[in-house]
Order: sequence, then structure tokens, then C-alpha cells
Amino acid sequence: MVQTVASPKAGAVVSTFRDEYTNAFRWMLLARTLDDKFAGLYRAGKIHGGVFLGRGQEALSVSVGLALRKGDVFAPLIRDQAGRLAFGEPILDAVRTYLGSTLGPMRGRDGNIHRGRPREGLLPMISHLGAMIAVVNGILFARRLRNISGVVGAASIGDGGTSTGSFHEAINLAAVEKLPLVLIVANNQYAYSTPTSRQFACGDLVDKAIGYGVDSQTVDGTDLSACLEVVGEAVKRAREGHGPQMVVARLLRLCGHGEHDVADYVDPKLKQSPVGRDCLKVAEEHLLQQGWADARTIELWRSEMVQKAEDAVATVQREPAPDPYEEDWRALSSQRLLEAREERPG
Amino acid sequence: MSITYLEAIREAQARALAEDPRVFIYGQDVGAFGGAFKATKNLAEEFPGRVIDSPISEDAIIGLAIGAAIDGMRPIIEMQFADFSSVGFNQVINQAATLYWRTQVPCPVTIRLPAGGTSGSGPFHSQNMEAIYAHYPGLVVMTPATVEDAYHMLLEAVAIDDPVIFCEHKYLYYHLKADKLPADAMPTGKARIAREGRDLTIVAYSAMVHEALAVAEELASEGTEIEVVDLRSVKPLDTDTVMASVARTGRLLCVGEAWPWGGVTAEVMARVAGEGFGLLDAPPQRLNAKDTPVPYHPNLWAAHRPTARSIATAARNLLGL
Repeated sequence: MVQTVASPKAGAVVSTFRDEYTNAFRWMLLARTLDDKFAGLYRAGKIHGGVFLGRGQEALSVSVGLALRKGDVFAPLIRDQAGRLAFGEPILDAVRTYLGSTLGPMRGRDGNIHRGRPREGLLPMISHLGAMIAVVNGILFARRLRNISGVVGAASIGDGGTSTGSFHEAINLAAVEKLPLVLIVANNQYAYSTPTSRQFACGDLVDKAIGYGVDSQTVDGTDLSACLEVVGEAVKRAREGHGPQMVVARLLRLCGHGEHDVADYVDPKLKQSPVGRDCLKVAEEHLLQQGWADARTIELWRSEMVQKAEDAVATVQREPAPDPYEEDWRALSSQRLLEAREERPG
Repeated sequence: MSITYLEAIREAQARALAEDPRVFIYGQDVGAFGGAFKATKNLAEEFPGRVIDSPISEDAIIGLAIGAAIDGMRPIIEMQFADFSSVGFNQVINQAATLYWRTQVPCPVTIRLPAGGTSGSGPFHSQNMEAIYAHYPGLVVMTPATVEDAYHMLLEAVAIDDPVIFCEHKYLYYHLKADKLPADAMPTGKARIAREGRDLTIVAYSAMVHEALAVAEELASEGTEIEVVDLRSVKPLDTDTVMASVARTGRLLCVGEAWPWGGVTAEVMARVAGEGFGLLDAPPQRLNAKDTPVPYHPNLWAAHRPTARSIATAARNLLGL
């Protein structure tokens, strides 16, 4: 997929770190703005089901989306709006899936963050997130069987997901097969309400990689510069054939698990600590300090992103919702293998 | 020259590999070793780089197959035993089975499950899992009972764009032989009348077809004609052929080696009772394994699953003999 949504430099080669940083910031800003819009729609009762935000994880997320390129594979987690946009997911895919438009990629059959375009390398997650890693492995494995090289697959997961059997099986298999997998672990300190002290007992999640024979790095997930560098390097190493790479980012989820969750269990000390910094604010301050953008420019960008989000929502709100009488209630692509009784009316 | 059910499975895979460059085989010990049952014997040598040993990670193996299928390949996955597929269950039912419906992208994976009981195999190497997979929308579940079907249905499984659970019965691996590989076969979705009769319909699938045929032979000598319907695939389930048979005989006995609760036999009974109640001259009956784990010792195992003896008793009761 290609970058087409937010950046005036779409398609252009990002030549300097300043440009790269600014571009990333703009995607983060769009993601945050869109997330805020979804939160508003949720509170207004306009969204069926849950809403899951990426607040506080945009720096890490956008770094993944930007490090990948057309032909790569991305299996995001539920807080990867920024990475999805940077990878090339149309803004309308997000809005249509949240609002259940039949014109979206999931057509009301699945919702919110359960969306993607598998043929374009963006995998639609199932809720058992650890299970997505093996699917990325499979695409990379298939490419290798066809002698296609230079492809990278990234899978995102949280601290909680690292406790699942699927995670263990898939990272081990990726290491055994030496696949160009980049595993992005967003350690946001809580899996729903469960703190990391109840999730794992190793000193740091990055230690797990050693046991699998996987290269690994940690990064401050609140620092966009660091995320761009570390994630970019991991993707580069995977692309060059150094096998699976794991990046563990320290950050704090600056929202509930979903918008239904007030998250009063989050330790106030964590919020005050460096890990609790808002990566978007940190990045904005950095832009100002470096003189890469002034306050007025950033305000203009903010208005631009609000407009994009408003336009997309306005468009989708006029689109049709699924109709149970028009729905094709068939779970197989092979029509002849559907049981005849299912085809009978009534 | 004769060919066993197991050899037919091996030959079908060899042909799929030879004819379609998208096909590869992934699973535990399937490479140079040729598989725990030798269903992939010599295939790694004949098709270098396409028959590959995996770690013992059923979840990751099936997940890999799904990813490869999304990317245009036609993976064949061997679960070493059907029982072990429980570890990869999530990938099958939540990932493979939902993909097409959610995204319109088909998921052409074939998952081979060496299934069913053999003497001395015990609780974890004997299970029949067709019912639990058939329960989920988005899967095709094949249960071949003959050498011919083992061969052709496996080829068809690879060609089908949807995920296929291919339940191959381990008891039939060596016991069942045919003179040669068949040139053609019935399509999946169509049940087969394995033996014609007018007095009683026995619906069966997989290894139980042969137990039912033995009973039909035995009762024929006493003047009772039993019709045996081989379902071939439990999903889709060919209700029409079953119903037509019951319309002829007026009596139904449904036999499955799996556990009774909510399984294939229950499904057949529900359909016949619901849609063909007026065709029945007697209450429909079914026979399944006992509702316990599969026992190890041959004495217990022989009593645990339906056999020709217990089926014959059930048939006689149903016929009032």
C-alpha cells in the first residue's frame, strides 16, 4: 500500500530526518484526531460495539507503518491507527468499519479495529491477537518459497499478548525458519486492567527474545526519534536477512482498554513518570525546539486533520448500513459446497 | 498390484505437488522421515524444499498455512494426530474459517487429521474431531471411507478455495486396499449408497461404513436388506441422499465412531426427524462411542466404539428382529 492520506509529500522520497520526523508527526496527529473523533461518536451512541484508541502509542505505531513499504505485511494491534495510516490504510476504511458501512472492507460483518485488506498486506486481526504472528510468518514463508526476497512482515502485540501460547509458537517458528519478521511489543504497562507484575516474571520482555534466538532492542516508546530509529533499524535488519527482530517499547496506555473503560486502576505514579509522557506532545515540543515547525503551522496541521476526520465521517454517515435481507449469509467461497438446505428460502 | 488407503493419501499429495507449484506440505516429521505414518514417504526427496518439517507448534503451523494461503499458496498441513489439532484449534475456527466471510479473501488450506481409534492408542491418539470442526461455519469437513475417496477427495481438498478438514481414518490406513487408483470419483457434497437395501438405512462415514457393510452382509444371510449410506463428507452433509434412502426403507440407524453429544449422528437424526418424520416407520436410532475418553486396552477399546456386533444388535432391535 502507498502513503496517500495525510502527507503533502505523499509518494516523495523522505530525504532528511527532519522531513521524516515531520511526516511521522503529521500521521500521529491524524491518528490522534481520528481516535478522538471515534471516542466522540462512541459517547454519542453512534458506534456499535467498542472503540479502542492508540493514545500514547502513536510514536511507536507510526514508526512501524513508515518503516514498511509496499509489498510488506503488517498485522497491527488494536492501538495502531497511526501505523495503519502510515502503512497506507485509507482513512475511510477505519471510519466505515467503525460505523458499519457496507462500502468498507468489512461491510458490517466485522467492526472497529477488526479490519484489513489481506491481499494488500494489511491483516485483519482476530481478537486472539497472538495468533496473527503466525499468519505473518505464513506470508513471509510463502514469499520465500517463491524466491521473493526483501519483504518484511511486522506484527504488533502488547505486553499481555506475550503471555499467550500463540506468541511463543510463532516467534519460535519464525526463528527456526529465519523469517524476516519484526515483532513490535508495545509494553503499555496494562493488559486491560492487569499490570505487568501479573503478566510476566522476566526482568524485561526483551529478555524473552534471547531464549528464542531472536535479535532484540528496547526503545522509549514516548520518543518519536528513538522509535523511528530503532524500529527502522529492526525492519532494515530483517529485510537484509538477519532473521526475526523484536522491539520492545516502554510506554503507557493513555486511555482505557476501550472507551467503555475509565481505567481508574492505572497507577498515578506511572502517569507522572517518564513512561507516562504523551508521545504526541513530546514530538510537538521537539518540532518547536528544533525549529522544524512553528506553533502556527502545527495549528494549521491540526485543523487540517480535524477536517479530514470530519469529512470522512460525514461521507460515511451517508452510506448504507448492512441489510439482513440483502446479506449473503454464506461462509464458504465454494458455492457448490454450501448445503442445499441453506439455500432454500425461509 | 494393490494400493492402501494410506498409499492413496501419499499418492494424492504427490500428484498435488507435481501438478500445482502452489502446493507445499508442512508438519511434524513430514520431511525426510516421511511422516509418523509415512503418508509423505519420499515426498521431500521428490519435491525438494516443498515438504518441510515444522516445530511442534500446531497453532503456529496452521497460522503459517493461513498466511501462505492468503498469499496464494495451497498448503497441506499434516497434524500428526487429529487429537493434536486441539492445540491449533483457534487458528482453524477463528482465523481460517472466518477469513472469507470477513474479507472475501478465500483461505485454501488443507488440514489432514489422522483420526479415529486403533487398538492400543488410548485417549490422545484416537479421537474423531469431525463434529467439532463441522460445527463452525466456513469449514469443509471430509471423512473418506474408501481408498478411492481418500485419493480423490484429498485432491479435491487441495483444489477447493475454502479450508478443508480432511479426516483420514488411521484404522483404514493399512486395512483398506484397492486394486488401483480410480480415474474419477463423485464430487464432495454427495453421499454414496455403499449398498442398496429396502428394510433399513444405516448412515455412516469413515471407518464405520465398513462396520455397517459387515452388518448388512450378515443380516442379508437372514433375509434382511440393509441400505448403507456413506456420507463421505459430514460438511456439507448430503441430506437429500439420506432422506431418499429413508423414504425407501422407513427406518434409520445412524452410526458414528465419535462421541454422541451433539455430533454428526445427532445432526442426521435431527434432519431426518425434522424434515422426514412422515417417512419413518419406527423411531430413528443412533449408535456412537461411549461418552468417555477413548480407552487404551483392546478389551475396553473394542467395547467403547461401535462395532459390527453392536451395530447388528441395534439394527435387529430397530427391525424388531
